[in-house]
Amino acid sequence: MLVKTFSVFSKNFIKYVPVRRLSSVPTFAKDYLQVKRGPYKTLDEQDVRFFRTLLEENSLIEDRCDLEKYNVDFLKHLRGCSPLVLRPRTVEQMSKILSYCNNNLLAVCPQGGNTGVCGGATPVFDEIIVSTEWLNSVIHLDETSGVLVCEAGCVLENLHNYLNDYDLMMPIDLGAKGSCQIGGNTSTNAGGIRLYRYGNLHGNILGLEAVKADGEIIDCMNTLKKDNTGFHLKHIFIGSEGCLGIVTKVAIQCHPKPKSIQLAFLGAQNFTKALKAFKTAKQELGEIISAVEVMDHETIKFMWEHTDTTSPIGDYPIYLIIETSGSNEEHDQDKLNKYFQKCMDKHFVLNGVVTSSPSKSEQIWGLRERVAENFYKDGYVFAYDISLPLENYYDIVTEMKEYLGEKSHRVFGFGHLGDGNLHIQISVQKFSTDIMNYIEQHLYKRVNELNGSISAEHGIGFLKKQYLPLVKSEANMNLMRSLKRVMDPNGILNPYKVV
Amino acid sequence: MARVLVGVKRVIDYAVKIRVKPDKSGVVTDGVKHSMNPFDEIAVEEAVRLKEQKIANEIIAVSCGPQQSQDVLRTALAMGADKAIHVEVAGAEYETLQPIHVSKILAKIAQNEKVDLVIVGKQAIDDDCNQTAQMTAGFLDWPQATYASKIEKKDDHIVVKREIDGGLETIKCKIPAVISADLRLNEPRYATLPNIMKAKKKPLTKITPKDLGVDVSPRIQIVKVEEPPVRQAGSIIPDVDTLVTKLKEKGHA
Ligand SMILES: Cc1cc2nc3c(=O)[nH]c(=O)nc-3n(C[C@H](O)[C@H](O)[C@H](O)COP(=O)(O)OP(=O)(O)OC[C@H]3O[C@@H](n4cnc5c(N)ncnc54)[C@H](O)[C@@H]3O)c2cc1C
Repeated sequence: MLVKTFSVFSKNFIKYVPVRRLSSVPTFAKDYLQVKRGPYKTLDEQDVRFFRTLLEENSLIEDRCDLEKYNVDFLKHLRGCSPLVLRPRTVEQMSKILSYCNNNLLAVCPQGGNTGVCGGATPVFDEIIVSTEWLNSVIHLDETSGVLVCEAGCVLENLHNYLNDYDLMMPIDLGAKGSCQIGGNTSTNAGGIRLYRYGNLHGNILGLEAVKADGEIIDCMNTLKKDNTGFHLKHIFIGSEGCLGIVTKVAIQCHPKPKSIQLAFLGAQNFTKALKAFKTAKQELGEIISAVEVMDHETIKFMWEHTDTTSPIGDYPIYLIIETSGSNEEHDQDKLNKYFQKCMDKHFVLNGVVTSSPSKSEQIWGLRERVAENFYKDGYVFAYDISLPLENYYDIVTEMKEYLGEKSHRVFGFGHLGDGNLHIQISVQKFSTDIMNYIEQHLYKRVNELNGSISAEHGIGFLKKQYLPLVKSEANMNLMRSLKRVMDPNGILNPYKVV
Repeated sequence: MARVLVGVKRVIDYAVKIRVKPDKSGVVTDGVKHSMNPFDEIAVEEAVRLKEQKIANEIIAVSCGPQQSQDVLRTALAMGADKAIHVEVAGAEYETLQPIHVSKILAKIAQNEKVDLVIVGKQAIDDDCNQTAQMTAGFLDWPQATYASKIEKKDDHIVVKREIDGGLETIKCKIPAVISADLRLNEPRYATLPNIMKAKKKPLTKITPKDLGVDVSPRIQIVKVEEPPVRQAGSIIPDVDTLVTKLKEKGHA
């Protein structure tokens, strides 16, 4: 029997892969943006003893080597100096950990799958890392309503697989699914490729349970579709990036697994044409569209250089990925064919493939989803996650390319076109604060001028904190700060992040 | 120029998790996504490349199976085959259809269509038989070049590199011949949308084994189909000392 590895077609030749990476050791987070340590207590032997009595033996990680994985972020850009990881198995343990930390002024960095890309899950100094990885049980599934109740540490892909047996699926899917956790997704209000159809987590999370900084457990575990009783507290935790509380459980609305999934990979002459193809898709494919992604040729070149994958249709300046999900394959294929014919006739699209085969779809999605995990092979990659009005969506890539000139060896863009969300990457030989400031001051200024967002889905975390006041009014900032003070008066939860 | 016959089988897509029917009579196929056997895709790709190199002038794709086998034939046509023959074998008969039946069918069609080369995948990923190429060559009394990872045509013969234990073997054989495609022979192309459209107009004929005079009555009976044993969950141990103690307990150290 042919196993999964079949998709890893090996080429008949060994490809020369340029290695651009110069520094392999991530910068200390504290040096990255030059922040000062807050007035927190330093962990001592007595604290560790407390945690030892509270938790099971291997719930604590103190070994320097074992800590590495938790102290360094996914992109290997940042390193924290935490001396301790705690992995509670119950919400009661979580509550006691936070209450102890709050009383003793010990700073805490909540961590899920550690796939966040704005430094939110990396300690800046010596914050204790509180990981949800052992809060990982599925509690209940209502097959009729599709509501899944599970603990925060469940890995997204495991939930996908679990639901698969019930012909259901998660409302959220993203490239990091093999590692990211539903609690982390909730805390970042993660977007991903299904957002176009199913909306974001503010809509799909029906209820949650969270622990406040002082250890108090807030139970918002609703599993109803409708519930207008009082202020909607769950929304405070969704997207709060570990600054207001630690999410321990969620109830999430899942959806029936579509019977027919078609995936089209299309090549266009330029972004304007691709945009027309997208508009046509909305008219022609209507209710069956489930994802609309875009990538430029530089991204494909990047994938070819660093992995051995490439476009299945040859080279085009811009590629569109359109996924449809429906209940009748014949109907969907028929629609897609007509749509494609129309796009070809009008030259919106020059070529394309369409597949309903899961293995082929996996390969095509791989081209789009596996970009981020290869960033580290291209030198130092500054990765930005912006929202822009569609008419300006791709101009920013060209503009940044011109602005940077020789300073960067690659500027490339891909993203969730359907949601107006662009990931723009800038590769440089080596990290320096000068180049970072040079890039960010211009990029964020332009995004702001164009009425875009400087963080479409990844959040503010540590890396974008200084820019938040640029895009949010003083009144907004003040309300956020007051909220933080109410929820976490001692500021022990994820300090130096967001606000 | 050569006429090429390629065999394409419809199998459960390899990205789909296989489920065994509760009565253990087989695997669940209803509502399960099927695709062309990946090794057959490689065979089709090779045939198309031979055509692009002007070594072949016509490619005939054949599939034996139920009505839905026409889907993989359409894919073969979209990849570049010129015409397709669907040999309909359905229901219980299909469940016990074996490489020996398929080989007889392919051999018959090869003769009828006067082909010079038969290319098939080295095995199907569902039954893993790896017999069709060999038996087809036997029925035709043609030379066979199995597990091909490179095919070249020189004058009136072909030179084939085959993957064997620990290395590569290069063989030369006369045409007509039967070839089976291995994983590294090529990387199959995707069927592009314009080609899918064009493929709709290419000829696809349906015949039965009877038309070819091939008897497909069963030679085997499927007794049962079972899932492989489930791996036991591992356990996390706190340190190396405990590991050593555990290994000793189990008599490993
Ligand atoms: C290859 C790749 C692709 C990605 N694609 C997308 C994408 O398409 N869309 C998208 O939105 N993001 C994407 N991301 C970013 C990232 O995966 C998401 O932000 C994800 O939701 C983070 O989940 P996590 O469990 O890894 O959280 P972590 O990285 O561990 O944490 C993220 C933040 O949430 C906090 N946190 C984590 N768990 C909890 C909890 N239980 N309670 C309170 N706070 C918590 C942390 O303190 C941190 O601030 C991608 C990342 C990678 C590496």
